[in-house]
Amino acid sequence: MNPFKLAFLYLRIGVMNELQYRVNFFIQLLQSFIAIAIGLIGLSLVFAQVNELSGWNRNELLAVMGVHILMGGVIRAAIMPNMNRFMGDVQQGTLDFALAKPVDTQFLVSIREFSFWQLVDVVVGLVIVGVAVGLMQTTASLWQALAFVAALVMGALMIYSVYFMVTSLAFWIIRVDQIVNLFEGIYAAGRWPVGIYPDWLRTGLTFLVPVAFAVTVPAEALTNRLTSLTLLGAFGLTVFLLILARSIWKLGLRSYSGASA
Amino acid sequence: MRRYIDFYLAAMKISILQDFQYAVAQLFYMIGMLVEPIIYLVVWSTVARQMGGSVGGYTPGTFATYYIVWTLVRNMNIVFTPYGWEWRIKQGQLSMELMRPIHPIHSDVAMLAGMKVVMIAIWLPVAAFLTLFFKPEWNVTWLEILVFFFAIWGAYLIRTMLLSMLGLITFWTTRVSAIFELYFGLELILSGRLVPMSLMPVWVQNLSVYLPFKWTFFFPIETLAGNMSPAELLSGLGMQVVWILLGLLGLNLLWKVALKEYSAVGG
Repeated sequence: MNPFKLAFLYLRIGVMNELQYRVNFFIQLLQSFIAIAIGLIGLSLVFAQVNELSGWNRNELLAVMGVHILMGGVIRAAIMPNMNRFMGDVQQGTLDFALAKPVDTQFLVSIREFSFWQLVDVVVGLVIVGVAVGLMQTTASLWQALAFVAALVMGALMIYSVYFMVTSLAFWIIRVDQIVNLFEGIYAAGRWPVGIYPDWLRTGLTFLVPVAFAVTVPAEALTNRLTSLTLLGAFGLTVFLLILARSIWKLGLRSYSGASA
Repeated sequence: MRRYIDFYLAAMKISILQDFQYAVAQLFYMIGMLVEPIIYLVVWSTVARQMGGSVGGYTPGTFATYYIVWTLVRNMNIVFTPYGWEWRIKQGQLSMELMRPIHPIHSDVAMLAGMKVVMIAIWLPVAAFLTLFFKPEWNVTWLEILVFFFAIWGAYLIRTMLLSMLGLITFWTTRVSAIFELYFGLELILSGRLVPMSLMPVWVQNLSVYLPFKWTFFFPIETLAGNMSPAELLSGLGMQVVWILLGLLGLNLLWKVALKEYSAVGG
């Protein structure tokens, strides 16, 4: 079976499921607006006092906020629902059904769910990014746009890898529900460029939970801060995390005993 | 009265034992929660430094005090969530609780009060860690500590009433998440959870005096972190009592009307 076809099929099922509940679209939209309002109030409180924060001006921080909302939407639409289901499967032993299917199981557990309405945040985030770039009054070059997209894709892959590794801990410790909370909490730190945090925290946000690569680096691409060295580093880390996640998953699978064992 | 005390003691004991069993999960929860104040602290310390040392009367040192106390107050402020009410009402779980000879809110208050004991135990090392990294400036008197002790429980009760009332909205409409988010947004801004009130525009500060939010975050934090006069400390406690009584009244009225809307399926 063609994996792309399979992924697309699951995507379609997810979309069709959610299209049944159209009111949820408006609720999601309302919630996005509340989140934006709070974000803008936070920014305006800061900029009521100063003109720039650690070298980032208002429009540039708006771009960071846009990327943060966008990536948050990607996480909640495509990554989090899958990981929640995977975690539940391990706890209840129903992972058996996924294991019995004739495709790679890591791939399967990563594509089964899709929360379509969360894409509202992706769109809203893109709009904010667009507005921010417009306000910056610099013409974005093609190279910048490409670097932005590449950084976003790599950031999403890194977040996926880390999330997948942490969820795989469910093979050893059954109760990992709180990890979702932990992850959401840490992701919130990406609202601001990681450069403002103290060293120990910045290191954690770069390598432990790669919020830096998921949010700050794409924003750097938009604001002319990105060096090709950073982009190269992002690529290296993406590959490393993907391989690491794969190894931990394989290791964990050995501890899995199934529903009837 | 006696039976209430017995009930509270028993429920708190169960809750303490349960929560200690999952201490690792609690620790994760705590760390996840810590990120929020650290973000505010870092942003505002940076602003203070850029302004030449202080902003709105706070220095990086006093910001650190504010947000470290914040972490304890936030933990004390965890109450049964409106999302929990939503689940209870939607799933019909409430039926079971209505059968008991005691108002369901008592078990919420007691269980979460028990959790506080565990939370404070986990909080102490966390606070030590934060103190090490952010170097807060402490300037507390015995009276402040005493008032703080009462103020955090006052905040807990006020927030319990408010969020329970919010949760009861589920009796009328089942699509409540947006309403909840709106409420939490308002609370964030008007309570001192986001920034100390002195950094807010004056009209927001004036408005917040007449709303309950400030008495659940800003006031308890400032009793310990700020320098309030004894008169301010005591009148603050007085305001908390007023809001607790108003909350009790509101919750009782709402409860009576709301239960008429309830129709459980099984449960």
